[in-house]
Amino acid sequence: MVNSKDLTFEYIRRDENGNVESITKAVDGVNIHVEPGQFVAILGHNGSGKSTFAKHINALLSPTEGSLFIDKKDTKNLEKLWEIRQTAGMVFQNPDNQIIGNVVEEDVGFGPENLGIETKKIWERVQESLQAVDMLNFRKHSPNKLSGGQKQRVAIAGVVAMKPKCIILDEPTAMLDPNGRKEVMETIKILNQQEKITVILITHYMEEVVNADKVFVMNKGQVVMEGTPREIFSQVEQLKEYRLDLPQVTELAYELQKEGIPLTSPILTVEELLSQLTP
Amino acid sequence: MIRDITIGQYYPKESVVHKLDPRVKLIGTLVYMISMFCFQRFLGFFFVICFLGLTINISKVPVPYILKGLKPIIAILLFTVGINALFSQGRVLFEFGIIKITIEGIRKAIFMGIRLVLLVIGASMMTFTTTPNHLTDGLEALLKPLKWLHVPVHEIAMMMSIALRFIPILLEETDKIMKAQMARGADFETGNMIVRAKKLIPLLVPLFVSAFRRANDLAMAMDARCYRGGEGRTKMNPLSYKRRDYYAFCIIILYVVLLFVNVKYMPQLI
Repeated sequence: MVNSKDLTFEYIRRDENGNVESITKAVDGVNIHVEPGQFVAILGHNGSGKSTFAKHINALLSPTEGSLFIDKKDTKNLEKLWEIRQTAGMVFQNPDNQIIGNVVEEDVGFGPENLGIETKKIWERVQESLQAVDMLNFRKHSPNKLSGGQKQRVAIAGVVAMKPKCIILDEPTAMLDPNGRKEVMETIKILNQQEKITVILITHYMEEVVNADKVFVMNKGQVVMEGTPREIFSQVEQLKEYRLDLPQVTELAYELQKEGIPLTSPILTVEELLSQLTP
Repeated sequence: MIRDITIGQYYPKESVVHKLDPRVKLIGTLVYMISMFCFQRFLGFFFVICFLGLTINISKVPVPYILKGLKPIIAILLFTVGINALFSQGRVLFEFGIIKITIEGIRKAIFMGIRLVLLVIGASMMTFTTTPNHLTDGLEALLKPLKWLHVPVHEIAMMMSIALRFIPILLEETDKIMKAQMARGADFETGNMIVRAKKLIPLLVPLFVSAFRRANDLAMAMDARCYRGGEGRTKMNPLSYKRRDYYAFCIIILYVVLLFVNVKYMPQLI
């Protein structure tokens, strides 16, 4: 689905005369492979290059070196640009800044309108996508009157309406309260499991990663860890080195283990910890 | 304070006027406004008020609500009436120093006042009954011929609808910044006009910065959703004239004819 080979992206800072002042490698030789239908999480601290990488998947940025294939289409190929953007939809961090319509259903229809789909089909798609994110009751509402979580679900519906094979979510919960965060995560899970859409979630909230099929950890533009959540969270010391937290339960279990309580590490959910602590 | 202004706001109701094609309403409003400047006698207002009253009646927008919309123009209204009453030539009714009040002046002042009020009510009737989206759709459709002159009609319409979408967001943001500045001791309320205007600078700078940031984000989001201008774009709500739209056109034409007959052939009473 998504296949990157030694992907490198450089931000070039120029002075007033156009001379190169400095070059920052935001993404540095990244190799990431995502299978269709997977739920993949990319973790990383601020400035780790995870957002820059995400923008490559949607062909908003083009690699300086290396290559990136989305569904076997090269993102450097400008003729395929719109196909790629349709295949890999993107949801951004700030819900307010990505909603274009003045009414929920109009916003969801914005993508299909751009694709030149006939009117009747647009309405079908709007209906289906709003249903998929459970926002059908709000279809006539103004986006300004919705909560953060609801807005973000509308934004997700707007991407779903374009029938993408893959959705990239760039810190979709960073600006939401805990309730909104839960709402959005549940929606993403449903889309992945029921609609079989490949999900690439970029985040720094560890709790959201627990259910992923595969996790990549990025630091200073490079992929430094790769594996299932269980594999990743067993390397506590290394994660701390990259300034990443553990999920609360995992952290608790880790501390308990240090104190000599026998637990098979790592523990990812409250239920797991409970079943191990109560014989 | 900004929230009190009802001009330009949509008043949701189920009525024929609300359902009319926005193009009809735009043309109707334009005709109505032009017609207002085509007569110099009070009898003309009779037809205008009949026409306006009919529209208001059908639209089910409550009259007090409409009148509330006149509040912000009271200052302009008084100014216009005052100027006309004080500085007109004609038969002098009474003199007070350099101020002369003439019969013609009073007549003109009343005339102008009524005209202004009717103009504002007419224009706001359109916005009361048309959602901003419909309005931009209608404008886009009506201005389409200008494409031949290379006017970016679709882009203008898109800009308008995005502007409308962001007005409440930026208002909220202004409020937030204002409170943040006030919490740090800023004072927006005392001093004369110039002092107060100067105090707005620390408010406007962050607001502009944030607006640009939002614009950047939105542009990226639109790119990501395959927006590439009006070419090859389909419409979710394409405009199409229905039977009621043709009836409305007939009423507009009837109104113009009646007014024209009145202006041309009826004897002038006052």
